[in-house]
Amino acid sequence: MADFIYQVENLVKSYNGRQVVSVPALDVRRGEILGLVGPSGAGKSTLLRLLDFLEAPSGGRIAFAGHWFASPAEIPLTLRRRAVLVFQRPVLLSASIFENVAYGLRIRGQRDVRPLVQAVLARVGLLPLQDAPSRTLSGGELQRVALARALVVEPEVLLLDEPTANLDPAHVKAIEAIIREANEMAGTTVVIVTHNIFQARRLAQRVGLLVGGRLVEVAPTRAFFEAPQTEEASAFVRGDMIY
Amino acid sequence: MPPAFGKENGVNAPASRGVRCGRPPIHVGGRPSLFCREDTPTQTLVSAARHALRLLLSGDPAMFEIVWLSLRVSALAIIFAGLLGIPLGSWLGLKRFVGRRLIVALLYTGMGFPPVVVGLFVYLLLSRNGVLGSLGWPWLPHLFTPAAMVIGQVIIATPLISGFTMVAVMSVDSNLRLQLISLGATPWQATRAVLSEARVGVIVSMVAGFGSVISEVGAVMLLGGNIEGSTRVMTTAIVLETSKGNFDLALAMGMVLLALTFAVNVVVLCLQGKAFD
Repeated sequence: MADFIYQVENLVKSYNGRQVVSVPALDVRRGEILGLVGPSGAGKSTLLRLLDFLEAPSGGRIAFAGHWFASPAEIPLTLRRRAVLVFQRPVLLSASIFENVAYGLRIRGQRDVRPLVQAVLARVGLLPLQDAPSRTLSGGELQRVALARALVVEPEVLLLDEPTANLDPAHVKAIEAIIREANEMAGTTVVIVTHNIFQARRLAQRVGLLVGGRLVEVAPTRAFFEAPQTEEASAFVRGDMIY
Repeated sequence: MPPAFGKENGVNAPASRGVRCGRPPIHVGGRPSLFCREDTPTQTLVSAARHALRLLLSGDPAMFEIVWLSLRVSALAIIFAGLLGIPLGSWLGLKRFVGRRLIVALLYTGMGFPPVVVGLFVYLLLSRNGVLGSLGWPWLPHLFTPAAMVIGQVIIATPLISGFTMVAVMSVDSNLRLQLISLGATPWQATRAVLSEARVGVIVSMVAGFGSVISEVGAVMLLGGNIEGSTRVMTTAIVLETSKGNFDLALAMGMVLLALTFAVNVVVLCLQGKAFD
């Protein structure tokens, strides 16, 4: 049991009667990077929000660190605070970058946040901008601040929703390096949603394909790309359009 | 000796009030008039403006009493309206529930409510035979007191403040709340952060509310009664002095009022600039 940070059982999420996620089983191993790929509208982001206990499942349950929960209301705050989701379109507070990164520590009642915040800002390469107001940031900087404010609380699980969408290659490389470092140095489990299969291939140890809310295939990255077991996965890997 | 501002009988009005125009000034109601008979409207305005400036610079105590009362009544009203309107507006901006649209529609109606009608309602409530006045509660303010004027202005300003607060809260990106919760915030911590994001809008709503109640005349006239030395504020003084032909005094008051509302709008613009640039 201790091997799995997440376990999913018959997880279903529907909006207005339309099923967007239907995952009978999914295990996330402690310390791994799991890539979730699939066409847009496949339910990747919804699954991520369910794993972060931000949305209530319509059915089924999720285990986090060995404890089963059927709704976000059940999970204790201390446990919920061990997983952090970085959104595709981060929204920052209208304050300095420093204050934005310090937020997660402040709400946890932590004192003397300066050394921790500055260390994380240095890791993402934004220390010189720590006093800049958040509205002056570029897209790549915004994503790095979003990553920094998540990493500063040293989460056990980092859930990433398209962290490099619409970024130039240099920023993509920088952000992937930060993610990899968090995983290797701190042992942070990472679940990364991406529409970019090359990114999944670069980062993830295992890859799962979601199509139409269903988890079609989960396999170690190499196996997923070189010997996909399902029709959809091989089509997706080939770059064909799948729906 | 400063001019005895607002004295109805005009006995104490000094002769220096009148404009020198080569002949004895005409007398209106037993006091020297400001204007010569042959003045054109432009001359009237110019000489009144000159006198108004002189009045302002001379520091007439009666006039400053009136300005001070205006400021006190309106500031007090805005404090109470803020205590009511900010929580109401925050609640309407944060929550979605059945009947919310109706409340918002009522709020918008309240924002456009004619002050004189508000004055009338409060008048009917507070008058000795009124709904509340007849109960004889000792803490209930009487008509024709500054407290009655404050009540009227609170009713005028509360919809304004809650409406603007609601819009300010709603204009905070709705994703922010979810993202803060994901970072580990409790719902209450996230709500506090969202409200704090709306703070500039809330301050703007207070300042705008202040600007509207201090320049309002209908409710304070009905509820205060424009009693000299007690409930006379700038707007009611302007009405009175204009009707008496004392354009210099009316204009002096008007200038102070204009300067105040101008200052208020500058403050609003500066704050908005800070929020949106």
